[in-house]
This record gives sequence, C-alpha cells and structure tokens, in this order.
Amino acid sequence: MTRRLLATAGAAVVLAAAAVLPDPAWAQANEQFMPVLVYRTGPYAVNGIPFADGYSDYLNMLNERDGGINGVKLVIEECETGYATDRGVECYERLKGKGPTGAALFNPLSTGITYALMDRAPVDKIPVITMGYGRTEAADGSVVPWAFPILGTYWSAADIAMNYISKEVGGVAKLKGKRIALVYHDSPYGKEPIPVLRKLAQDYGFRFDELPVTHPGVEQKATWLQIRQNRPDYVLLWGWGVMNSTSIKEAAAVNFPRERMVGVWWSGAEPDVRPGGDQSKGYKALALHTTGSGATAHEDIRRFVYDRGKGKGKREEIGEVLYNRGMMNAVLATEAIRTAQERYGKKPLTGEQVRWGIENLNITEARIQDLGLVGMMRPVKLSCSDHEGGSRARVHQWDGQKWVILTDWIEANQKMLRPMVEAAAKKYGEEKKITARDCAKTS
Amino acid sequence: MLYREAGQFKASYAADQAIFPIAQDRVLMAILLVVAAVVVPLTATQYLYTAILIPSLILALAAIGLNILTGYCGQVSLGTGGFMAVGAYTAYNLFIRVPELNLLLVLLAAGAMAALVGVIFGIPSLRIKGFYLAVATLAAQFFLDWVFARVPWLYNYSPSGSVGVPDLYVFGFPVITPTQRYLFILAIVALMALVAKNLVRSSVGRAWMAIRDMDIAAEIIGIRPLQTKLSAFAVSSFYAGVSGALWAFLHLKSWEPAAFDINRSFSLLFMIIIGGLGSILGSFIGAAFILLVPIFLNQVPPALGIPLSTATISHLEFMIFGALIIFFLIVEPHGLARLWQIGKEKLRLWPFPH
Repeated sequence: MTRRLLATAGAAVVLAAAAVLPDPAWAQANEQFMPVLVYRTGPYAVNGIPFADGYSDYLNMLNERDGGINGVKLVIEECETGYATDRGVECYERLKGKGPTGAALFNPLSTGITYALMDRAPVDKIPVITMGYGRTEAADGSVVPWAFPILGTYWSAADIAMNYISKEVGGVAKLKGKRIALVYHDSPYGKEPIPVLRKLAQDYGFRFDELPVTHPGVEQKATWLQIRQNRPDYVLLWGWGVMNSTSIKEAAAVNFPRERMVGVWWSGAEPDVRPGGDQSKGYKALALHTTGSGATAHEDIRRFVYDRGKGKGKREEIGEVLYNRGMMNAVLATEAIRTAQERYGKKPLTGEQVRWGIENLNITEARIQDLGLVGMMRPVKLSCSDHEGGSRARVHQWDGQKWVILTDWIEANQKMLRPMVEAAAKKYGEEKKITARDCAKTS
Repeated sequence: MLYREAGQFKASYAADQAIFPIAQDRVLMAILLVVAAVVVPLTATQYLYTAILIPSLILALAAIGLNILTGYCGQVSLGTGGFMAVGAYTAYNLFIRVPELNLLLVLLAAGAMAALVGVIFGIPSLRIKGFYLAVATLAAQFFLDWVFARVPWLYNYSPSGSVGVPDLYVFGFPVITPTQRYLFILAIVALMALVAKNLVRSSVGRAWMAIRDMDIAAEIIGIRPLQTKLSAFAVSSFYAGVSGALWAFLHLKSWEPAAFDINRSFSLLFMIIIGGLGSILGSFIGAAFILLVPIFLNQVPPALGIPLSTATISHLEFMIFGALIIFFLIVEPHGLARLWQIGKEKLRLWPFPH
C-alpha cells in the first residue's frame, strides 16, 4: 500500500513540478526565431501537413543556400495546435518570447486561432500574417495594425467565386433567379464569406442558401439531402480537412455535378480530391497560386534541403497546392523580414520591426524573378491602410490526375468590398475600443 | 510527527466545526494562499500566467460546479460546457448592451442566468437517473451550442459568429495584464471555493449527499428531492456560468461557441473523476491534471533534446496521457484528492507507523 501510494504520489509530484519548468536560456546569437504553428494530427492534418512542410522547407532552404536572411540564420520551431484554439494560444505563449529577439511573426493557419491572437499581438508587439484567411476586418490596417490577411480575405474569395460563376452563366444579369448554396464549416472560417454573399444575392437577385456543416465535417448526409431537394445551380464549398473530401463524395452520392461546385482556395488541394477518386473529376476551386514544382525555388529546395536529408515531407509532394501555399507564406514572411532589415539593419529583428517590414512589403515582378517564383505568384504591395494587397485568384479544375487552370486571374471587386471592410473594421474598433491610426502620418 | 493533532483541544462548537480543524492544515492553507497571492505575482512568467495558472484556475471553478452536481448530488451532467456558454454569452450581452455595468455585477448576472437555465434543464432529473440523465444534459449541451451559433442577436450580429471584449476595468482598476487578470481570477475563485466548501458542509450539502447515496432513503427521512436536486443544478450551473464568463472575458477574449463545445463538458467530467468526486480540493487537482499534463508531455521531448517530429510528439502525448489516466484510475479510483487524504493519514503516524 505504501509503495503504491508513494509511486502514485511521486508520479503526480513529478508531473506537477515538470509542468512549470522554465524555458532553457537562449544564447545571444545572430538568429531570427521563426515559430510555426502546425497541425500534423487530427481531422485537419491532411491539409495541415503539406502546408507546414512547405513553410519549413522554404525557410530551411534559405538557411542552407544563403545562410538565412542576409546572414541572420532562421531558427524554426514547430508547435502542434491540432487546429484547437486553446492549444494554439498556449503555443503562442510558449513561443513568443524565444530567440534573441522573440518571435518574428506568427502564422496561425486557423481562423479561430487568428481571432484569439489578434487580441494578443498588439500587446506583445508581434505581427500575425494570415495569408488568404483570417479576419476580414484586418484588411483595414488603420484599425488593425498587427494582422495581415495578405493576398486575400474570405470576402474577396466569395466575390471572386461569384465573379467566376457569373461569367460561366453568361453575365451578371443571368444570375437573377439562380440558386446558389454555400456549404460551409460551421466556425468563424466558414461564416466569414456569408455577409458578402448575402449582399451579392441582394444585388444580383439570386437565391442564397446557407448550409452549415459541424466540425469536423464527416457527417454531411443531411446537408446534401437538402441540396438534392433544392437543386441549387451552384454549390460553393468552404470546407477544410476531411470536410472537403466528404463533401465531394456526398455530392457524387446525390448526383450533384462536380463541375458546378466551386471551392474556396482552402478547399482545392490534392488531399481534398484524391479520396474521392473518379468522383472528384470536374471539381473546381479557387487557386491563389499555381501548382507544380517547376520553379527555381522548388529546384533549390530539392537541392539544398532534400538532397541533404533535411526535408520535412516527401520529395514527391513538393509542388502540391498546399505545399506551395506554405512556401508562399514563408516567402511573404521572409521578404517582410528582408524589407525590415533594410531599415533596421541586418540583425535579428523584434516583432515590432518585422511589422514595419510587412506593412511596407513590396514584392515586384523583378523580385519574384529573383526569388525563383516566376508564374507562381503575382506582385504584392501592402500599405498602412491596405493589409490585403489586392486579391486575385484563378479557378482550377481537377481532371482526375492534376489541377488544370481554367481562367486568367480574377480580381476581387474592391470597389464594393472596401467600404464593407472599412465599416466592419470600424465596428470591430468600437467593440475593442481601438482608435484608428491616421495612415497619412505613418512612415 | 509534524502532522499530529495531539494537544489541540476544541473548546467550542465553532472550533469543532471549523473547515480546517487541525492547526497544521490552517498553516498549510495560509502558506498556499500567500504563495498564490504574493509569491506567484512576484516570480511568475507571462507564459506561466496565460498558459497555466489562469486557465487552470478558471477550469477549477467550473470543475467545482460540476463536482457539486455530480460528486455531491450524484446527478451526472454532460452539459457543463453549455452552462459555461450561457455564462459567457450573458456576460457578453450585458457588457455590450449595458456598458456602464460593473464587471463583478456582469459576472454575477452571468452566473444567475446560467443557474436559471441549469434549473430548467435539471427538471428531468426528477424522473430520470444515471446514464439517462447524462443523455438529457447532453441534449442541453447541444441545444445551447446551437443557440449561440444560430441566434444572431446573442452574438451581436457578428458576421463570423465570433465575439470579443475590449480591455476590462473593475472599479477603475485595470484587469489587463496577466498579473492583474490572475489576481482578479484568484480572488473570485478563492471566494467561490470557500463558499462551495461551506455549502457542502451545511445542511444543503448533506441533503445533496443523502440524495446521492440513496434518493428513496433521503426522501423517507424528509428531504425533498425536487428542491434538493434543483438547488444542486442551480448552484452547479452558477459556478459554471461564472467560470464561463471568466474563461471568455479574461482568458480567451475572443471566442466562438466552439470554445464551449461538448469536449469542454467531457474534459470537465474527466477533471472531477481524476481529481476526486465529492471533493473541492479534487476539482483543483483534476483541473490542473487534465490541463497541464498534455502541455507538459508536449514539451518533454524537445526539452530533453530528443529529435522527434511534431506529429510523433503529439501522438505520444495522447498515448501517455491516456495511459496516465488509466494508471491513476487503477491505483486510486477515488481520485487524486483521495491520495492526498491517504497521505495525511500516513503523515499522522510518521515516522512511527504501527
């Protein structure tokens, strides 16, 4: 009895004591600390893994090829969030102070975690890049200085998707009387596009159905039965993880043509369509960038990272949609640090300095060439008030083997969206009691 | 030797009824309070506050609530997450619609509203028991989740369904930095734990325990099941509501209904089972265990310098955590609080066991 008691009590004490161990001391090195929030487990891992691989591989490639950014080595540490907000916040708190200057920036890769970090980032002075996701209000940098939904918010995505559909039906006028359903992940992520779609439905006179799918999205029978009854002309898919492939299979089960499904750019990657096999043929989605691994940067990743046995993922997965997305995210992050280094010196930077770099990010056509990303991305330029940098996407279709680009770049209608964003940002500012910056005065 | 009550005489009824009848316990408690209120704020890092202390205190409060209902009154509930959500959203709505209201009043109202909802969902407990009641409270959980995701007024027509609060003040004092938030939460949790401890020692608590042990016998000796069960639901939900409001306002700051989903209810239930059913102390230990062990396990391999991939670490975390739960349940089915109790018994005899 005593021994058993001692064993259990001992185990409990060790656990309790170890849980509060302090972090190891950090050497004052010429290093920039890059935290990476990932999810390599759980229902969203199929999509989280390639993204995390692409992000880390690109940073590693810079380390191996150039010795970091201008000689400042990038130190990468991953933290598993499992797509759960509370774990994401714990990871953020754990990683934010590491390295000689603290975390450079965070990529939450989850709308829920983004929402939580947006409150913490201004206090800790660490910027948050949410490339192609996150909170739409952040596109207005005068109210939300610390978050950057670069390349596109969900509002832009909704507008681009509708723009494509209107072209396919033969003009905006033909949208009248059509019926469009949104099958969405029932979380802030999935709900983000609804205000824009409601407005467009009003403006163009189509009927808009909202069909939520609860986390994690493996149970969608009821949703697709509704679609079978209502027979919408198009289905927009706003899913993530296993939800995407399930949706495509359910669409096949109720015989809804996959050609008339349009996914957001988070619902258009290989793990989404492969499980469906032939059923996925014809499925369309928005594409933020090209797929394929032919760019010079990919070549360098293979040469400097994988040939040296330092690759995170599988060699053949280089160039998949989400791998490239992770790479793009790393490009934006490192280019922002590079920009900031031009102003603050070629040394490890604080989050505040990196924030300046992101806000003054200007990736030109020539720079894209230098980076070896020709054809993969469009030029991006941010400013104090514009944290999105314009949003353009193409539509690609799965032909059973690979993604085929269907259209040219479609630009989001900022004339309509920008006032909506500003109004939303104003409301956000009021709720959070933030005084907007005067962007005319910032350098 | 150290822990022996020989020579401590109780000369009055008050002394006999004290929460801590033994002087050593009082000293220990005083030291604990001093550590929590003085030493911790002087030494703790921000990580310790925001990732460990604040969440475990708030969840301990919710666990106390559930322990009152399940541990003391014997009514199994899977709706705690839902009642926390009621507290969080009541507080949020009061806060944005009546901005001049004091934060303490907001918290009180959050608890009161949760208590009301708890009583309504507690009514079936008069007819059904055990697993069937668990299913009924599960319905409460899903219903409340659904309400907060689907009724736009409740989340102030926020386009994404996510809501948030700005920096908070109590009587003009800011509750913004981790230290301030921690002290504020500590004060509330300490006070409410004291109230809970006294409640379960009073006639109300004894009535709950009588119902738990055998409801027919309790009815025969004159305890009314209606009032007793519903009061347990009310008090339990009040605690859950306050902790939900604290969780949303002082821990998350921005949240969506998913923060209070069924997993929250399950983890709270695990907390009181691991910590000890029918024990206030157990609620604290259980909350710390369920919250901290995964975080700790996640940090062990990197801290030791073992190169494992993030995914492997995460899988290991699940496996070891699961194994630990089973281990503790086998060696001590009455929870970690019972371990502490056994330890105290041993200490009385130490170092001369007979």
